[in-house]
Amino acid sequence: MGKTMFRKLWDAHEVRPAEDGQPALLFIDLHLVQEVTSTQAFDGLRLAGRTVRRPDRTVATVDHNVPTIGRENGISDELSAKQVEALERNAEEFGIPLFSIRSRRQGIVHVIGPELGLTQPGMTIVCGDSHTSTHGAFGALAFGIGTSEVEHVLATQTLPQTLPRTLRVSIEGERPVGVTAKDLILGTIGQLGVGGGVGYAIEFAGSAIRDLSMEGRMTVCNMTIEGGGRAGMIAPDDTTFDYIEGRPGAPDDFEAAVERWRSLPSDDDAEFDREETVDATALAPQVTWGTNPGMVAPITDRVPDPEDYDDPGDRESVRRALDYMGLQGGEAIEDIAIDTVFLGSCTNARIEDLRAAASIVAGRSVAPSVRAMVVPGSMQVKARAEEEGLDEVFRRAGFEWRDAGCSMCLAMNDDVLQPGERCASTSNRNFEGRQGKGGRTHLVSPPMAAAAAIAGHLVDVRSFDADLVGA
Amino acid sequence: MEPFTVHTSRLAPLDRHDVDTDQIIPKQFLKRIERTGFGEFLFWDWREEDDYHLHHPRFRDAEVLVTGRNFGCGSSREHAPWSLQDHGYRAIVAVSFADIFRNNCTKIGLLPVELPESEVRALIDFAHEDHMAQVHIDLPEQVVHMPDGRRVGFDIDPGVKQRLVNGWDDVSLTLNDEALIERYENEREIAGAGTAWLHDR
Ligand code: SF4
Repeated sequence: MGKTMFRKLWDAHEVRPAEDGQPALLFIDLHLVQEVTSTQAFDGLRLAGRTVRRPDRTVATVDHNVPTIGRENGISDELSAKQVEALERNAEEFGIPLFSIRSRRQGIVHVIGPELGLTQPGMTIVCGDSHTSTHGAFGALAFGIGTSEVEHVLATQTLPQTLPRTLRVSIEGERPVGVTAKDLILGTIGQLGVGGGVGYAIEFAGSAIRDLSMEGRMTVCNMTIEGGGRAGMIAPDDTTFDYIEGRPGAPDDFEAAVERWRSLPSDDDAEFDREETVDATALAPQVTWGTNPGMVAPITDRVPDPEDYDDPGDRESVRRALDYMGLQGGEAIEDIAIDTVFLGSCTNARIEDLRAAASIVAGRSVAPSVRAMVVPGSMQVKARAEEEGLDEVFRRAGFEWRDAGCSMCLAMNDDVLQPGERCASTSNRNFEGRQGKGGRTHLVSPPMAAAAAIAGHLVDVRSFDADLVGA
Repeated sequence: MEPFTVHTSRLAPLDRHDVDTDQIIPKQFLKRIERTGFGEFLFWDWREEDDYHLHHPRFRDAEVLVTGRNFGCGSSREHAPWSLQDHGYRAIVAVSFADIFRNNCTKIGLLPVELPESEVRALIDFAHEDHMAQVHIDLPEQVVHMPDGRRVGFDIDPGVKQRLVNGWDDVSLTLNDEALIERYENEREIAGAGTAWLHDR
């Protein structure tokens, strides 16, 4: 019987196989480090008198805490500044390359890995951040870890891991106009539920996935964790290789690497523990109405009524979510007015996302009642967008144009929703308080966020007279 | 870490599904660079809610939290298990856990126990009816002794169990295999640019 891509990757990285009830020990090819989940890990190393085993397979950036405006003046928040300084000191002491706040390569950790060509097919990649699954878009085994594990990887360049089960999600058919990668993954989570992937390494397959650009594939894999999956991955193909070629971290002998990478996809006769299919042709642009990403519906729909649910637990969850979101249940989603638009995050702040949003915004103005901001995923994305004049398109329409960071995706810096404020956001989590205490988040694609900014309410982007370029 | 073998405790009922890490500990507390002292921030945003009861004196001293499906979903922040442990919990009984969260718990000696939904429901009811009701969790035997005297078994990965029961530190354990890591690096590691070149840019 053939092997799944996941299994090929797993086997190639076993330093020690599972035996006598002990988990397998996997070698880690790339360890990405950020400021929020690493400080205590470095402290642990120092306490035990240990060093970083492979600084040459480690790279650090600051993203969660950094200001996205006026950073020439440093970080005004004292605690944030301390955390960033701690990473600067640790990187220096342990010899790890770091993109700190003034670097032109600084950015969200999951945006800069691929952008620099560090993320490659066949690798194991970890980071103290759950959206590490993003890198699986390249045919890598990539997953988020906690601080104890960060310390473990720093010290040993390995991780003990128990074998997850495998799930293939085949998303088939041509995406309708206006339906983006974000809508594919939101629709998938809506179908499988937020716990639907727990315990599984997920391979996304099918024609709708193959048709996506690398950026779209990253968006899909990014939100694997929102469906509970341990890792999300997509078979590498020419789209993948073309993306990597010419990037600074690309292998010197590129042809040889491509040869190697071509053997990675799952064999035709490989068996998965579970299979699911999603019909891409049936999807419309998606909007979340509740407080987890599985509470999602097509823009053309109405907000559900708690009474629609049979299970008492579900009914209670929906009631609670609607209460928090300030919704009654039953209203048309298109009628929901918004106060804020956030275009950013490791889900949707790459150059294609900005292009897709800009094509909607061009020649229009943000509704007077709306505050809208663009926070590019990295300083390189920002520079590229400026070369293309996208910053002007956004600025002229009334968007704020910021520096790179996580920003309002989790509101650890100053970019925060006020209680009761309602936001159309291109990020990945709509949990209570995620974007600020009492803030209300509706997750959407970049074109949908752009359209909402213009209309002042959630709106079907397909009703806009614009070029709907894919994202 | 502190070993976990057997533990007897009262119950703190949290009758909710999909409790995410942003609820367990909101991001404003992730800026701290210490590893302790997170307990006072546990479930911070819920404290003012009418139906929030975990800090009620009746439940404050309970060391076993009982909750629903998919507990700990969301981010990889180990601050979530830190805050639960720092608050005084030694074990969490749930219908299911999010993967990374469960993993993080076991790294610090906080025991995640999965029980069927009906047993979790029973425990939550016991706790509400009689806050003095106790469970006895026996990890070596993989059994929860329910307040009504029934014994309910649970599954746990054998490697994880061994580490918890012995209080072993993963890093020391792995470093025993340092020769294997070296061999892997010398023989099988995939060549690649790595990250060292980044220092020069
Ligand atoms: S952008 Fe949001 S989801 Fe992505 S790494 Fe930053 S905080 Fe996490």
